[in-house]
Formats: sequence, structure tokens, C-alpha cells
Amino acid sequence: MTLAELVCPAGTPAALRTAVDAGADTVYCGFRNATNARNFPGLNFSTDELATAVAYAHAKGSKVLLALNTYPPAGQVDLWREAADTGARIGVDAFIVADMGVARYIATKYPEIRLHLSVQAAASSPEAIRYYCESFGVKRVVLPRILTIPEIRRIAQEIPCEIETFIFGNHGLMVEGRCSLTNYVTGLSTNMDGVCSPAADVEYRREGDGAVSSCLSGYVIDRFGPDEMAGYPTICKGRYQAPHRPEGYYAFEEPVSLNLARLLPELIDAGVHAFKIEGRQRSKSYVRNVVSAFRNAVDDIRAGREANIAGLLQLTEGGRETQGAFETKKWR
Amino acid sequence: MHAALTLGPIAYHWPAERKRDFYARIADEAPLETVYLGEVICSKRAPFFERDMPDIIERLERAGKTVVLSSLAEVMLPRERQATRALCEMEGAEIEINNAAGLHARAGAPHRIGPFLNAYNEATIAWLAQNGATHVCLPHELPRASLAHAAKAAGEIAIETEFQVFGRAPLAVSARCYHARAHGRHKDNCQFVCEDDPDGMPLLTADGTPFLRVNGIQTQSESYICLVREMAELVAMGIRHLRLMPQSVDMVAVAETFRACLDGKIDSEEALAQLSETCAQTRFSNGFFHRVAGHRMVAGSMPVS
Repeated sequence: MTLAELVCPAGTPAALRTAVDAGADTVYCGFRNATNARNFPGLNFSTDELATAVAYAHAKGSKVLLALNTYPPAGQVDLWREAADTGARIGVDAFIVADMGVARYIATKYPEIRLHLSVQAAASSPEAIRYYCESFGVKRVVLPRILTIPEIRRIAQEIPCEIETFIFGNHGLMVEGRCSLTNYVTGLSTNMDGVCSPAADVEYRREGDGAVSSCLSGYVIDRFGPDEMAGYPTICKGRYQAPHRPEGYYAFEEPVSLNLARLLPELIDAGVHAFKIEGRQRSKSYVRNVVSAFRNAVDDIRAGREANIAGLLQLTEGGRETQGAFETKKWR
Repeated sequence: MHAALTLGPIAYHWPAERKRDFYARIADEAPLETVYLGEVICSKRAPFFERDMPDIIERLERAGKTVVLSSLAEVMLPRERQATRALCEMEGAEIEINNAAGLHARAGAPHRIGPFLNAYNEATIAWLAQNGATHVCLPHELPRASLAHAAKAAGEIAIETEFQVFGRAPLAVSARCYHARAHGRHKDNCQFVCEDDPDGMPLLTADGTPFLRVNGIQTQSESYICLVREMAELVAMGIRHLRLMPQSVDMVAVAETFRACLDGKIDSEEALAQLSETCAQTRFSNGFFHRVAGHRMVAGSMPVS
């Protein structure tokens, strides 16, 4: 059995301490700029904050991963190099990267520091993963959320590195690292700026009939009845009309979140080394609840006990959840 | 500096006969120097076209065009891995690679880098060049300043650069087929409903605004990117290959307009007027280049600074 390392989100120094205290084996975080894929206002770390956070985590036996997982546009690569230099100086345990230029820089300059391949690199076949392992010495791949468990098992047998999979949180529909929907609508890029459906461009518009339109930069991403709670206008979770669907439908996916609580033992058996919880944009209390629940579940599974799945399922109570592609390829 | 017009691979599931007729006319009439062929979006579609490929390649080459074979953007299933390996291990053919699985199979032999491979910057381009890349198609969302920087850096190491100047923007890909989903199916029993939408299936917002286009697993922009006004600046940057993406319009007319503008026979405003007539159903956008929302059409192009 693999270690089933629990990799938890840390959007702020407070969330990092919370995650560590709640039993995270590992936390991941980013700097307060475009070098990571959650470049949201009020989130992330300054250099000093990261240094303090790494010291805190290490003192408690947890590891810290630094996400440098966006794609530097030409002419701005230095920002990513400096972030890597700073991370190395502070002593992070690994870098999470997507861009080949960034991967190469770190592999050449800091060969002693582990490289993890971000989901943003979209490596979804053994050949693609091997390419990154052979080129840059990648030690772990974060798999896209598009594979079934039998497919993950086959990949594990064909690659020379560890596997990390998402188990909980937001469920993006597009291949990560290959989506410019936000840039098309707002002028800010997910790949280059680390931004997805940015809050500054969101507007909830009350219509004449009492309905509420949830808009992003003027585009109506979804519309809700007077008694419904208006959802956030994430482009790939919107309701649109098509020639065969004049009534409007969720063209890509319903607004559901991922919860693989039931599948943890199968994932471990398939060869998954680490479980990733999404949510660097989430509150401290959310992080505490989710991390401790999964901590208990993973400890139970490791000890051969039945895990308290009901507790994990309650985490998404009220919200709708999915096992996505992991359960069946019919999801595709 | 001479600039070449290229024709990207057909993104849609056009019937085989339509593809044969399309490429016959491209071979005979269109002022294009390079034509990219192959199924890039959905591996299920590929068998429909394979039988015709040798004839189409021969016809295009006889007409003096360079033919490049493009690999799949998404590689996950056994058939996709197999198709990518077979293509990228071919000797003698010019190929364009769109997925890192293809780079692995190519093992350093010469190749082009496709727009789905995310060559965003000079460091990545240098790495790819060291490992056999000779030509890079830059991502469609790169803004002007980054394009200039990337093209300059590529030029210094003798790497050719290319950029899409016409056609719907390839905004996203997924493992899920949204065409099948719209018809209550899934990818494995899709019955090729995507064939009904030769220019993509329109998605409108709740207030009826045309927004996106679905093409199987791909999501495209409603607008056609049109950089005819920015083209001279792209060429001045050193981007010598300008890519037109096949849409359901008269692509020979589109190519002729771009060529006439490149050759100085018409100015860019006249070219834009002609293109607007050829593509009367669709609005244009150039926002990505100008570092504003991609769907926008910004007036004029600043001179090179």
C-alpha cells in the first residue's frame, strides 16, 4: 500500500497553519502574483510569510509545496525564475510546475529539489508523463481529473514517478492549462495570470421578472429564479442555449463539486501516492473541517479500519457532488 | 521579408467528401504555402479521413504546397496513444506535435510545435528547439508584446514562428464530448452528432447573445479571430507564417484577401471589408493580441515600437 499522503490547500498563512494543525502531511501554496494558478485578491504569500510558514510546517513534520504552475508569457520569465530562487532559498520541499521552460530552469539550477508536474501541464498519458520525467526529473505527476480508476491503475504501472490525484473540491471541466475562456471574456488569462472567472468582473443583475442574472464581464453565464440562490458565474458551469436545447442547459457540467470519499481505498490500491484537496480560495474553517475529516478517513484506511465515509459526504451537504470521470467513463 | 500563409487542420467533423472537395479547391486555387492535415480534436473521427489522406497529400504537394501532418491535442485513450505514436514515429514526413506524448515518441527527431503545446515563452521555445523543434505555432492568447519577444528569441536560434490570424479561437478542450452531451449521449455512443455542425454548435447566453461554439471535446469562440490589420506588425516581429483556420466560408476567398493585403495590393481596411463580406454571418475579434478581452474587436493597430 502507498503512503496516501494528504496534500492540502493553503491560500493564506492562517489557512496553512490550520491545515498543518488539522493533520495535513503536505500543504501547497503560492506567491502573491501571476506565478501560480490561484492568483486571487487577498490570497497567497509574500516571501516573508512563506519563510515563516515553511518553518512552522517543518517544525510540525509537514511538507510545503510551492506552486509555480502558470505559463510565463515571453518576456516575463524572470518573475517565475525569481520565485523559484526564493522558494529554494526558503527551503520548500518541492515545486509544482507546468511550463517546460520553468521546469528546465529548476531542474538545472536546483536538481536536489523535487519537481512535481502540475495538473496544468495536462499530462494524461504514460508517454506524456514519461516525457516530463525523462526531461526534467519529475518525481510526481498530478493527474487530470478525467481518468477512471482502471486507467489510473494502468498509468501507475507504466510511469517512473508518483501519482497525486484530486479527491475533493472544485471540479473544473476543461483540460487544465488548455483553457482561455476567462481571457476571452475578461482579458485576464488563466494560464498567464493565474485567474479564472475573476471576482472583479462578476455582476449579479436583478432582471424585471425578479430573476437574477449571474454575469461575467457582461456575459450572462447563468440565470436564476427569484427563489433560487444565484451561483457564481464560472464559465464552464454556466447554463446556455443550443439549437437542440432552447430551454437552456448546463452545456459543460452542472455546478457540482468533486468528492471521492467513497473511492479512497480503490485509489490507494490503484497506486495513487497522494490525495490532493482543492481549495486555496477557501476559508480557514472549511480547510479545518475538510482536512481533519480526510485525515481521519486516511488513518482508518491505513489501519485497516472502515473509514467514516458518512462524515466526508456531509462535507458537501447542501451542495451537489460528483465522482466525475473517476467512477465511470460514461461521464465523458 | 516574405510571409507565408498556412492553412491549419480542419477542426470539425466534415464528411469525407466535403474534405476531398475542400482540399482539391485549396490545392488548385488558394495562395497558401503550407497545409496542415489530420484530426487534431477527436480520435473517433480519424478513420473517416484516413483512406483519402494519401490522395489529398499528393494533390496538395503537386500544387506546390508543403503538407504537414498534425497530431492530436488530447492523448489519453489507447487508440489516441497509438495514433500519436504512429504519426510521430513516421520518418520523412513533416509533422506538427500538439501533445507531450508526441514529443516522447518523436525522441528528438525534427518536428514542428503545434498551438496546443503551450510554447508561451523563450525558455520553453529554447528547450523545444534543443530537442528537435524547428518551427513553433505560438498560443492564440499571447498578446502583442509577448509575441514580439517570443518571435525575436526564436529568430535568434533559427526557429520559425507561426500565429493564427483567422478563424475561431480554440478556447478549451476537455475529456468530455459536449456535442454528445447536448444530445443526451456520451462520448462512447455519440453517433457522430458533431457532423451536423460544420462550423461548430452555437451556445447562446440566457439573454440570447451568441457566445461560444462546441466542437466535440473542444470549445471555440463565437467570433472569428481576424488579425488582418495586425498582420504587418506580426511579420515585422519576425512571425513569417500566418495561419488561417478552416471555417464554413469561402476559404479560397479568405486566403486571397490575406495574400493581397500581404502583397500590398489592397490595404488592411479594404481587406477587412472584403473579409466581412466573405464571413457575413460572423463577427470578428482581435482582443487577445491587444491584451484586452479576447472577444473584443479593437480598432486599428499601433505601429511597431
